[in-house]
Amino acid sequence: MNIAIRKFYYGDIPEEKGGGKTDAKASGHDWPLWEVFIRSKQGLDHKHAGSLHAADAQMAIENARDVYTRRMEGVSIWVVESKYITASNPDEAGELYEPAMDKIYRHPTFYELPDEVNHM
Amino acid sequence: MSVQDFEKIFQDKIDNETKIEPKDWMPDAYRKTNLRQISQHAHSEIVGMLPEGNWISRAPSLKRKAILLAKVQDEAGHGLYLYSAAETLGMSRQEMINDLHSGKAKYSSIFNYPTLTWADIGAVGWLVDGAAIMNQVMLTRTSYGPYARAMVRICKEESFHQRQGFESLLVLSRGSKEQRDMCQDAINRWWWPALMMFGPRDTESTNSDQSMKWKIKRKSNDELRQQFVDMIAEQIKILGMKLPDDKLKWNEERRHYDFGEINWDEFWQVVKGNGPCNKQRLDARRKAWEEGEWVREAAVAYAEKKKLKVAAA
Ligand SMILES: [Fe+2]
Ligand SMILES: [Fe+2]
Repeated sequence: MNIAIRKFYYGDIPEEKGGGKTDAKASGHDWPLWEVFIRSKQGLDHKHAGSLHAADAQMAIENARDVYTRRMEGVSIWVVESKYITASNPDEAGELYEPAMDKIYRHPTFYELPDEVNHM
Repeated sequence: MSVQDFEKIFQDKIDNETKIEPKDWMPDAYRKTNLRQISQHAHSEIVGMLPEGNWISRAPSLKRKAILLAKVQDEAGHGLYLYSAAETLGMSRQEMINDLHSGKAKYSSIFNYPTLTWADIGAVGWLVDGAAIMNQVMLTRTSYGPYARAMVRICKEESFHQRQGFESLLVLSRGSKEQRDMCQDAINRWWWPALMMFGPRDTESTNSDQSMKWKIKRKSNDELRQQFVDMIAEQIKILGMKLPDDKLKWNEERRHYDFGEINWDEFWQVVKGNGPCNKQRLDARRKAWEEGEWVREAAVAYAEKKKLKVAAA
């Protein structure tokens, strides 16, 4: 499929109008990619905040501090190299989550109790 | 399943406001469009640090210096969030940076204009960040998940940028005659380039708008531009300054401000690389990259050495 997109916006100027040259030489390589998780305050879970490149774990934490906690967004940082994260496959979402769909008895609202029963 | 089936499932998701995530199936053109747009956006944040960085050492007070430093640092972070979002579409950071340095990738033309006086820093915050925010608020609802999340984070940080710019101009507008003149001069020079940030007019587009259908964008260039004009035309009254457009006038029927025509020739000249600072900006980026090479290599060598030490212990 080949859809020509003629309309463009701020931050979206097509290459053919750009007048640039294309002699990009691939020099160097990226530092490893890390995923960053931030605990916003004591008592809460760490939550995925984003990712960044860093040479090692310590640099990843220092960089994460600089980009993700400049306004006191966090009290604790976890970093893990992205390659160690295994993600479920969205194409298998059907098989994975379908078994949970028809088990309404897992929800408290499934049970009808007399009005006199309080605090349950 | 055929490609048509995948396309239908994909479009149904978009129509139902379900976000697209990196591992989901998506049409090639959707991936390409997002990749181009997000990486251009990232480059804009990074190159955008240059015109403002120009005044960090010359800010008129310690307070203004600290504010400007914090703003420029935010922009570096915005670049990072966006590069990360673009990387999820399958292009490496290195490739994107190479494309910027070779001139293949574009960034917003607004950053090819010079910051000549201190008042320009206020005008950039108010008008340039102001125009960017208009676009970015819309993009918090864009259909590609990582882009939308980056935008939410960015928008939270942006509002200080616009406010500090306006406040800085407000101080000048209440100052001496020289200060007021400097304020007006900066507004005169930044107004039209800021309007150009929204891109070509909607009528320039003859094809159906795929970006709208895919909900990458939700408002047209002219809609956003009008929204911006309506906002600024009111705010400038508080500064007691004037926008450099004699066609600017409230239209009671439309309930919007009418305004004059943009110089589209200038617009395309700057896009094509003939703006006042195109060369200077790219040279500065390349220089920073080349001179930082030994630091990047040293960091890798140090990380490897530490790893060996840990293994030996
Ligand atoms: Fe920004
Ligand atoms: Fe900003």
